[in-house]
Amino acid sequence: MAGIDLNDVVVIGGGVIGAACAYYCAEAGLRVTVVERGSPGGGTTSACEGNILLSDKEPGPELELALLSSRLWGALADRRGAQAFEYQAKGGVVVATTEVSAAGLAKLTVGQRASGVDAVDVSAEELRELEPNVTSAAVGGAFYPQDSQVQPMLSTARLLRLVREKGGRVLTATAVTGFLRGADGAVLGVRTNSAAVPEVRGKCTVNASGTWSGEIAELAGAPIPILPRKGFILVTEPLPRVVRHKVYTAEYVANVASSDEGLETSVVVEGTQAGTVLIGASRERVGFDRSFSLSVVRKLAAQALEVFPFLEHVSLMRTYLGFRPYCPDHLPIIGPDPRVPGLFHATGHEGAGIGLATGTGTLIAQLITGATPDLDPAPFRPHRFEEVAA
Amino acid sequence: MSAEFRFDGEPVSAEPGQSIGAALIAGGRRSWRTTRHEGAPRGVFCGIGICFDCLVTVNGEPNQRACLTEAVAGDVVTTQEGSGHADLAC
Repeated sequence: MAGIDLNDVVVIGGGVIGAACAYYCAEAGLRVTVVERGSPGGGTTSACEGNILLSDKEPGPELELALLSSRLWGALADRRGAQAFEYQAKGGVVVATTEVSAAGLAKLTVGQRASGVDAVDVSAEELRELEPNVTSAAVGGAFYPQDSQVQPMLSTARLLRLVREKGGRVLTATAVTGFLRGADGAVLGVRTNSAAVPEVRGKCTVNASGTWSGEIAELAGAPIPILPRKGFILVTEPLPRVVRHKVYTAEYVANVASSDEGLETSVVVEGTQAGTVLIGASRERVGFDRSFSLSVVRKLAAQALEVFPFLEHVSLMRTYLGFRPYCPDHLPIIGPDPRVPGLFHATGHEGAGIGLATGTGTLIAQLITGATPDLDPAPFRPHRFEEVAA
Repeated sequence: MSAEFRFDGEPVSAEPGQSIGAALIAGGRRSWRTTRHEGAPRGVFCGIGICFDCLVTVNGEPNQRACLTEAVAGDVVTTQEGSGHADLAC
């Protein structure tokens, strides 16, 4: 297994973030091995909606990363074909049902436009042209032409295939059990539970294990505060085109930015290429509790009816749930960990991991190769929590 | 005592407790739905409620599994085109 020892980069985690880190590193000419304990995209990547959103982000570092990522997803779709990722630049629509939320939304779009987002304030009438099935109670809203979508599992598998085509390796069903260390404590790769590949050496190791990245960081002796934030998504029976964009309520932005442990629901509704309509999303900090909750599902369904009354005549087929990698300050953790040389993190994207994957992967590749980063990575530095505590 | 219902306007007789799907098959019909993309005909496949291939519109309600839905006298059963929700399209 001499080839294994030639890695420049070992990526822990084969979800969308790990796949994107591996892809952009491979594109930069680095030799990469991805170590995934289950199957590609088997964690949060397979329990989400594939959102690439600018609309739900307030001006700041996360929006900057989202703008970069949105451009990069578009470029990937141009280069590899939109169907390679089921990329759809479908646009987003935010609905305000009260004058108070409409005023809050109008204030948000002013800031977003100043940051370079294409955010269009729309009247109630224009809203119904964009979404003919929307509730007649809507008083106005905003249209975001740049909001788009990919199929998350397909995109992850595609990126990993491209990594392999570049000579990289993807090890599945291989869990990281420890780190290889240099005399100075530097990370030189990982130990695994695989008899075939018990260790994978690399000059740099990227912790991209999503909601479980806190455990990996702990194992490396460099803790980061990642917690699971549970969410349910409802799936309707297949329908003709009934919802044209990603549609959510003005209250959604406030909930995404909240840190409450208790249950929060704010509805986001969208159609899929398969015909089903997806209704998300709840947010709850209840650990890794996979139990079904009828009350949460009922609340989401009721909120969806408020935005799209026609759903009353539509059946739900099933629900699914997942755990977002939640970070207390709502910013991802991206970059080298100064406490442990050789260790990088790319995690903590909460519910925005699909959208932010391309920018995150690009930043990681630039930080590893020493290239000039496309945006200032300082707000995402892993050790910021210790600075606050000190 | 049979439970007569109508399928696309035609009378179909069913034994007590018989499913709509079984009654349609007994009456010589093989299909009562078209697929969403190709418009291909579909009827009973698994016959035990798992595959959702035998969907049909019963009393105006689309996507009912014919193999599990008991025939009730006076039911109005109609061929389902695609998703059965064309009225919602926009």
